[in-house]
Amino acid sequence: MISSAIEVGQTQTPEAILFWVLGPLSVLAALGMLLVKKAIHSALLLAWVMITLAIFYIAQDAAFLGIVQIVVYTGAVMMLFLFILMLVGVDSSDSLTETIRGLRPIAITAALGFGGLMVSLLGRATLGRTSVGLSQANVDGNVQGLAVLLFSKYVWPFEVVSALLITAALGAMVLAHNHRIIARPTQRDLSRARFRSGSLADAAGLPGPGVYALHNAVDVPALLPDGTAAAASISATLKARGDVIDSRPFQLERKSEEE
Amino acid sequence: MISNLPIYLIALPLFGSAVLLLGGRKTDRWGHIFATLMSAASFGVGAYLLTIMLSKSNSERAITQKLFEWISVGTFKVNAGLLLDQLSICFVLLITGVGTLIHIYSIAYMSHDHDRRRFFAYLNFFIAAMLLLVLGDSYLNLYVGWEGVGLASYLLIGFWNQKPTYATAAKKAFIANRVGDMGLSLAIMIAFATLGTVSFAGVKEHVGQASTGALTAIGIMLLVAATGKSAQFPLQAWLGDAMAGPTPVSALIHAATMVTAGVYLITRSNFIFDAAPTAQLAVAIIGAITLLFGAVIGMAKDDIKKALAASTMSQIGYMILGAGLGPAGYAFAIMHLLTHGFFKAGMFLGAGSVMHGMNDEVNMRRYGGLRKFMPITFATFGLGYLAIIGVPPFAGFYSKDKIIEVAFNTGGIKGITLGSAALLGAAITAFYMTRVVILTFAGAKRWDEKAHPHESPFLMWGPMVLLALGSVSSGFLFTHGDALRNWLAPVVEPVAVHEAEVLSPAIVSILALVLVAIGVGLAIVKYLLSDVPEVAPKDVTVFTRIARRDLLQDQFNEAVFMRPGQALTRGLLTADRSVIDGAVRAIARMAVGSGNILRTTQTGFVRSYAMWIVLGAIGLVAAIWMVTL
Amino acid sequence: MNAANYLYVSALLFTIGAIGVVVRRNAIVVFMCVELMLNAANLSFVTFARINGNLEGQVVAFFTMVVAACEVVVGLAIIVTIYRSRRSASVDDASLLKR
Repeated sequence: MISSAIEVGQTQTPEAILFWVLGPLSVLAALGMLLVKKAIHSALLLAWVMITLAIFYIAQDAAFLGIVQIVVYTGAVMMLFLFILMLVGVDSSDSLTETIRGLRPIAITAALGFGGLMVSLLGRATLGRTSVGLSQANVDGNVQGLAVLLFSKYVWPFEVVSALLITAALGAMVLAHNHRIIARPTQRDLSRARFRSGSLADAAGLPGPGVYALHNAVDVPALLPDGTAAAASISATLKARGDVIDSRPFQLERKSEEE
Repeated sequence: MISNLPIYLIALPLFGSAVLLLGGRKTDRWGHIFATLMSAASFGVGAYLLTIMLSKSNSERAITQKLFEWISVGTFKVNAGLLLDQLSICFVLLITGVGTLIHIYSIAYMSHDHDRRRFFAYLNFFIAAMLLLVLGDSYLNLYVGWEGVGLASYLLIGFWNQKPTYATAAKKAFIANRVGDMGLSLAIMIAFATLGTVSFAGVKEHVGQASTGALTAIGIMLLVAATGKSAQFPLQAWLGDAMAGPTPVSALIHAATMVTAGVYLITRSNFIFDAAPTAQLAVAIIGAITLLFGAVIGMAKDDIKKALAASTMSQIGYMILGAGLGPAGYAFAIMHLLTHGFFKAGMFLGAGSVMHGMNDEVNMRRYGGLRKFMPITFATFGLGYLAIIGVPPFAGFYSKDKIIEVAFNTGGIKGITLGSAALLGAAITAFYMTRVVILTFAGAKRWDEKAHPHESPFLMWGPMVLLALGSVSSGFLFTHGDALRNWLAPVVEPVAVHEAEVLSPAIVSILALVLVAIGVGLAIVKYLLSDVPEVAPKDVTVFTRIARRDLLQDQFNEAVFMRPGQALTRGLLTADRSVIDGAVRAIARMAVGSGNILRTTQTGFVRSYAMWIVLGAIGLVAAIWMVTL
Repeated sequence: MNAANYLYVSALLFTIGAIGVVVRRNAIVVFMCVELMLNAANLSFVTFARINGNLEGQVVAFFTMVVAACEVVVGLAIIVTIYRSRRSASVDDASLLKR
């Protein structure tokens, strides 16, 4: 391995350092994507992985792709993800507890098996091979070389892909267009629905959050007359995010109340 | 030119039937006349052909007509062809002649039936099918006609199928006939397998090549066919019930023509039976059994049509016996067939005439003294009666005595037994026919006030008179100078020299007449000189009771064939349900079961499907890993 | 420095992405994992280009990026539509195939 590593081209040592620093970091970031709870953290970790990959591309004489990677992925695609996260908000789907029985052990076993097989296969396929390197191909510059290929040999796939892109843009517009099927409920309709829901408890609307001397915030539940916390007084998003402050410290002492 | 004519014999009534059946109600007004004309035209063609045949020498009379090549499979070639020879022409004239008379009779008899057109269509169809039966030049062509008359018989027995018992009677006849038909088809198959041909000429030519065993098998199978169609023992049970059909049908199909098809078949196949003595003996024995069987049933029946049906069975027994006696008997069998066609058809028409005048009453115990009210019916019926019991010089005397004589002349125990049976049958015939005549026409009147007996219209008694003339004269005409024997000689080839006569004709005649006189005398004593109760007496011997129940033929069939058959069917049904259906259901259960098991993998969750994709990818990579090892 | 090392990293990232698709329930995170898998494949293509000494691998990677962009656009639109009607971004909630 070392001897074959020595044989590889001129960027040998600096590239090795780059690889051994960024490679583990990217894998760790990818693993983190699976393990963190909040989707926004996953998005950030993915952005990191993508930037790492962009650096790898540049290190491998693919300067054009590296730049495109940063512009398209971290710039456009990840922004799109963040926008959607903002739109959708936070809910219980962020929970990491598994609901399908037996899926997680199978997934972990499968991951180990798949990874092991791939690594073993790659090892067999590349061991003892020397890289040709792109110094020959990139002699007119990386962008020029790609352009020659794209506009000659691959011009037809290029055009097809452009058509695909336009279709996708149209598709997204069609899908995202909010076509209202029923009329939006008016205030009158909502009020009527509240009174007809069966329980007059809902008629007055949901209780507001707690108002306390120490805390006066949306993240603390209000207390019911019997001293317990009113679950309905807190936004579901806050609950899902785990940003609810326990109301127990603010409850009145029952004993003193009785006296 | 001449050889193109025979097809018209069949085509004319077939055309009439087609017009009536396809024409629908439009033909209601003139359909019966048209059908009668078609039948008469067919008779005309037959008569013309007879004159042509008479003008030729005896060995050149046969006319063959090739219609088309019907079946050609490998070496199996069958031409649809017609053969009109001396034997066929007898049948052709009987069928079309008696058939036409009965058509005429039916115009009056069925005049009140709103379905008369359909009746005539069936009658015409029957004539066509029966003519095809006797004109076919091969067993296969005969088979077509054979099935055709079976169908016509079924349709006509069940003509009034709004009565369930009549429909059942039709079904019974059809099923019994199917058993016989199976015999015929087996005979055809054996003939083809051993002789390589099914045409009459071919079989006759190659009959020497076949082993006696094969010929016996063919003969027995042909006999089975004959017992089915001709209501012979043991397939006789359907004939009595077949009287459910309108009386003209009973006269034409179940007395004069169709039921004699078995006799025709055996006579036509004389070359097979002559080469297979065992089968021939079986034929004679079956004939002897049936003639006694029918006669015994005839004594016990109070229903005039059923008594006549039993008599028909018995008389066909005589014919079969005659046909079973070999070359000496064929001509007499055919002669008895022809004379019987006249007198039995005449008597059936007479019975129909009586029923017509008595509000369709069939119980003879409710008749009595009708001769004053129906003189013509009485006269014609009486002539038929004298013919059937064999009083000289009426027809039956010539034909029946000859059969008895030939039976005795075969010699040995066989001859004595068969001859005695035939003689005894003649005595019993005399007894029960006298009983029928006395109960119907003589004695005191026993009908109730509602009945107004009257003579039938001319259209009905005209045919009866003609048939009576036939039953008076035909016997003498046929035997005068051995006319019929010589006529049939080219077909059945009678032995040139007579065998030693065990009993001379005169002795046989005298014996027979004495026995007949005894039978008649007994009947007179029992029914004319003593009162006849209106209801059949119950306190009778067990033999009478058995005879009234048709010698337990139905009970026998039910016990031996029907119940085990039903049990077998039920068993097969159970086997079908448990084994075959079970296998099918097991496969279905397997599919459902495996589906139920596999269904649990379908959680509906996208992620579990993604897991399967990942597992598939692992499998793929593993496969690549393996093959690149 | 052996170029094959990049392939190992690519394989690991791909595996992690695949498992992420299976174990995460938030549709958006699932989608990110799909993107991760595509990126891992791209890294392989770029590395193959280097090993073989021609630019075709990079061209394929380029096409992959375009297709991935299309997929993200449509996929996110679908997620938004589902969220709008079901008020949930959980892939487990859209399990109507069973019922």
